[in-house]
Amino acid sequence: MPGQPSDWTFLAMAAPFVAAALAPAAKRAFGGAAGWVLAIVPAAIFLHFLRLVPAVAAGEVLSGAVRWSERYGIDLSFRIDGLSLLFALLISGIGTFIVIYSGPYLKGHPQQGRFFGFMLLFMGSMLGLVLADDFLALFVFWEMTSISSFLLIGFDHNRMAARRAAYQALVVTSGGGLALLAGLLLVMATTGMGSLSEVLAAGGALRASPYYPAILVLVLGGAFTKSAQFPFHFWLPNAMEAPTPVSAYLHSATMVKAGVYLLMRLNPVLGDTVAWMTVLPIFGGVTLVAGALLAVRQTDLKMLLAYTTMASLGLLVMLTGAGAEGAILGAATYLLAHSLFKGGLFMVVGGIDHEAGTRQVAALGGLAREMPITLAAALGAAASMGGLPLTIGFFGKETMYEALAHGSGLAFAALFAAVIGNALMFAAGFAVAILPFFGRRRAPNPHVHQGPAGLWLGPAVLALCGIAAILFGAWTGRSLLLPATLAIAGAASGATVSAAIHLNLAFALSLATMALGILVLWRLAAIRGAVARVLAAIGWGPDRGFDQAIAGLSRFAALVTRTIQTGNLEMYIFVTMAMTAIALLVPMGLFDEWPSWPAFAMPSIAETAMILLAVGGVAVVLGTKQRLTAIVSLGAQGFAVAMLFMLYGAPDLSFTQFMVETLSVVILTLAMTRLSLSPSDHRSVPEFVKDGIVAIGCGVGFGFLLLAATEAPFDSRLSDFFAQNSRAIAHGHNIVNVIIVDFRGLDTLGEISVVMVAGLAILALLRVRTRGKADEAGEGA
Amino acid sequence: MAMPGTVDLARALVLAPTPLADYLVIAPVMVTVLAGAVLVMLRNFPRLQPLIAIAAMAALVANNALLLARVAVSGPITMTMGRWLPPFGISFSADVLGATFALAASVVALAVAVYAMRDVPEGLRRYGFYPCLTLMMTGVCGAFLTGDIFNLYVWFEVLLIASFGLIVLGNSREQLDGAIRYAILNLLATTLFLVAIGYLYGVAGTLNMADLVDRIRGLGEAAPINTIAALFILAFAMKAAAFPLHFWLPASYHTPAISAAALFAGLLTKVGVYALLRVLVMLMPAQRAVFGDVILWVAIVTMIGAGLGAIAQSDLRRMLGYFVISGIGAMLAGIALGSQLGLAGAAFYAVHSMIVSAALYLGAGVAGRIGGSFDLRETGGLYAVAPALAAIVLVLVLAVGGLPPFSGFWPKVLITEAALQAGRWWLAAAVLLSGFLTTIAGGRAFGMAFWRGGAAGTPDGAEALPRPLPAAEMLGLTLPVAFLAALAILIGLFPDPLMSLTDGAALGLLDPAAYIRSVFGGGP
Repeated sequence: MPGQPSDWTFLAMAAPFVAAALAPAAKRAFGGAAGWVLAIVPAAIFLHFLRLVPAVAAGEVLSGAVRWSERYGIDLSFRIDGLSLLFALLISGIGTFIVIYSGPYLKGHPQQGRFFGFMLLFMGSMLGLVLADDFLALFVFWEMTSISSFLLIGFDHNRMAARRAAYQALVVTSGGGLALLAGLLLVMATTGMGSLSEVLAAGGALRASPYYPAILVLVLGGAFTKSAQFPFHFWLPNAMEAPTPVSAYLHSATMVKAGVYLLMRLNPVLGDTVAWMTVLPIFGGVTLVAGALLAVRQTDLKMLLAYTTMASLGLLVMLTGAGAEGAILGAATYLLAHSLFKGGLFMVVGGIDHEAGTRQVAALGGLAREMPITLAAALGAAASMGGLPLTIGFFGKETMYEALAHGSGLAFAALFAAVIGNALMFAAGFAVAILPFFGRRRAPNPHVHQGPAGLWLGPAVLALCGIAAILFGAWTGRSLLLPATLAIAGAASGATVSAAIHLNLAFALSLATMALGILVLWRLAAIRGAVARVLAAIGWGPDRGFDQAIAGLSRFAALVTRTIQTGNLEMYIFVTMAMTAIALLVPMGLFDEWPSWPAFAMPSIAETAMILLAVGGVAVVLGTKQRLTAIVSLGAQGFAVAMLFMLYGAPDLSFTQFMVETLSVVILTLAMTRLSLSPSDHRSVPEFVKDGIVAIGCGVGFGFLLLAATEAPFDSRLSDFFAQNSRAIAHGHNIVNVIIVDFRGLDTLGEISVVMVAGLAILALLRVRTRGKADEAGEGA
Repeated sequence: MAMPGTVDLARALVLAPTPLADYLVIAPVMVTVLAGAVLVMLRNFPRLQPLIAIAAMAALVANNALLLARVAVSGPITMTMGRWLPPFGISFSADVLGATFALAASVVALAVAVYAMRDVPEGLRRYGFYPCLTLMMTGVCGAFLTGDIFNLYVWFEVLLIASFGLIVLGNSREQLDGAIRYAILNLLATTLFLVAIGYLYGVAGTLNMADLVDRIRGLGEAAPINTIAALFILAFAMKAAAFPLHFWLPASYHTPAISAAALFAGLLTKVGVYALLRVLVMLMPAQRAVFGDVILWVAIVTMIGAGLGAIAQSDLRRMLGYFVISGIGAMLAGIALGSQLGLAGAAFYAVHSMIVSAALYLGAGVAGRIGGSFDLRETGGLYAVAPALAAIVLVLVLAVGGLPPFSGFWPKVLITEAALQAGRWWLAAAVLLSGFLTTIAGGRAFGMAFWRGGAAGTPDGAEALPRPLPAAEMLGLTLPVAFLAALAILIGLFPDPLMSLTDGAALGLLDPAAYIRSVFGGGP
């Protein structure tokens, strides 16, 4: 039925892909305004999801499905609860401003249309990822985000660094993706459940499964690579090779949170176990502290933000694994806050870069007067990032401190990590918001302006959202954060979201965080140097490890391939014949299919003579040094076999054999005498023995199998039929002829075409030779 | 004609006239043999050659589509040559498996025939490119549709000699070198197949496949059927280029004209897989189970070994050769599992691999033509020069790596799930790992040949672009590749039709009752 919410949701899911396909045409049609025009799509999607907020806030889970594969019951289905909706709003909302921002940012770039296309492709994939209910559909979208990320990181493809970063991201995230796929398929194969709804409805079924550890490891493999957790984080800073809109959108606000999304999504069914509550906080905590420390070390504003993104992702993973309900609310809040402030700050840095011509912190200063709106947006975002009161970031930080402070053991360590990490991020955020704008006027480009509206609108709106979200905290909480918390924790939370300040332990920790942050900001240069010295002392990181792993893999692959594919035809034939001997003798032994000892009737004199001739022929072939003798002896052996056929009453067969033997002796002799081959066998004794063993193995195998196969009386149904009917119906006296031209005439047709093609091929070979000679003559002239 | 009273015709001949529609089963062979003969006669009209061949391939596609439609709806159909009562005459029996493979193969052949119009110069057309192409399709379609195991051998021979004719076309030493390796090792495999048929005939006394199903099941204890099965597996594994019998493929596939290589990559190895499905799975289910574990390890070694082989290459065509082999490993995995899901996955993978492997070679051909080399160190800048080609090749590379939403994803899912259901988690891991290795190799090659500004050594950030091809040539070469890539996308987005087909094919192999009924008649 048209007009149903589910129809509109499907439309919203499909719209970005359609827009992506049309993007290059839109660019040609609208030129500089293309960004504004294309932004209508995400804006409309945002409005659609906004419309769903009341229903979801009331506790409804919206869903819809279309059959994708009837055969295996795969649906293209969506499931919208508080968590999906929060993500969908962020993706479409921030996406709107990113598309607008991309217009002026890449103004004049010859491939801007393609860029819009990739961005919208990503948007559709990301939306699909957070809305999909079916495991396989989720995975398809998951990989599509990796592919579009690959295309966007490598957008500036002439630069080596961009290509390397794109390749690295593809390898790391698609490797993790395969782990995720394995995990999802394991769930499907062991429980029969194929969608999120099913596993969520089944409650603790996965936790109780004997496969829980394997499922957990595989899912974490997917989530940690995607969300850049230590030690898989290295691809994320490198991904900053992409144009800034990409970094703002994919690599901070949305895609890198896919792993966090997955963990939050599965928290009700995989969480609440010792493994979950140990592994997540440890990996998250390490990522948080390491990311924050690496961030303050950077001098490039964008890299600085990239490492704080890594830290924030660690914080989110840590909180998701902390288990306490307050921590989950803190995580949901921080998720929202981070997307707003980090997306904004990236766009701020991109704006500065675009106007001033650099992102190096040392080369920038005093831009406040020329770029006041950018400054205001930066300060607003940094305030939320640093967790200052009257921002949504403040509420998030208070909530997480409150929750962690009441835990024990690991929670205390997590609290410590959170304080350190937040303090460092406070410093990093304000470094971006203050250093380029104040102090002595510095910039490579002398003519710095505020820039077009597209460049500042996004950061300004996002910064305002960060403040509005807490000013209207009741709405934010009721409509977005509490429903998301419900979805993540699996239980409702009664907390209220407000800007109010409570004088408690959490507030004290907040103050400590800010104090520490200001201290770091003040002594930034010294700390930067200290971190750099420590890193230099370590001298190795996962980034280099990646290169070493790929290089090692290539070397290993080359070694293996060289060992197998030697180019030596003799070796290939040897292996093939050895495999033949094994295929004959091993099953015969294993399944006891040896022939029983045949009952010998004494052969007649003629038969004995022929057998001796055949054996003698073979003996001479083996013994002789002369190639010509060998050829003739082989012919003698063939003639003996033909005579045996004759003795057993098969004149047609015998005649054919005579012909073949005669021809092969003649042709072989002609060919061999015209080739200047060395007259004798040059194999060493061990080689000779090796080849001999395989040859004997094959001969014995074929012989024994023949004896075994002919042991039972032969079923002569076919030959009886041919004998009966060849004259009566087919009107032929010679059965063999009738078989060839009538009973099995189609075989003969095939063989005739073989002869024809063989003739054709020989013709080609001969002509090729003459042509080759002509070419040589031409070269000589 | 009527005979004097002593002969009862009904005991020797099929007396009911063959319905016209049943001729669809034999038409592929008729069309291609006739076209081949005409093409040989018109050797001196190189301009006519591609047109006749394209018309024949189009007719073949239409015929096979009709055949598949009919078989999918009303079950297997059989026609016995000379109207001799089966099992005495040679039967042609089309079931869903055979008809699906035949259709996919003919689609690939059509695309190659169109591509070759621009790719194969007139000189080579004179020496039989198109006759060999059509006769190779005789062999391929004959193999997919015959219901007689000796006749299957004959088609193997036809396609082997036709492929030999294609591989020597040209004039380079490298080609002859490759051709010799190809011919010797493949003749060995074909001979092993023939020998195995001889033994099988010795114990079972029949060659008709439908007849063989029951005969093999009813064999006495003493019959050495396991050893005979091992011989068949060996011969077909060699044809399919499974490790460690794959030597001939990397040794030869980079040498012929790219059109020929594409045809080989698409079809030849898949005939080996088809033969395994038909002979081992349908005729010898007990033996398939016996050798299941052996095939399983062969599959794992093939997937990983070929993945490493692909990473080790710096020549685009050699890398693609290993991609083909890696796919064979996945198909063998499905056969090793033997469940309906696994077999359906293997058949699905085969269809995907026919389309994508051929398309990758054709795409590489265009890339090599623009860049002047297949060596990844010497090419670059193709993304800037030929963005459409870049998009197509990227789709194909991702498809071959098993990434969604492209055709390679679904069979990988089916086989992995079948492996997990059977508790063979290490096989599942190998299937996924092989996709990962393929992505590593393919992603790197894409970065070098397409994204890099020029050949290795081009200054970072600069462009040293090759000269684009003339527009007409570019279009003529790219369209067939685009067509195949579009199929890879369509199958990825709408997998259900092919899934139903391959699922039905797997069911038909596991329970060949309908197949047997179509040969010998009898009520449903």
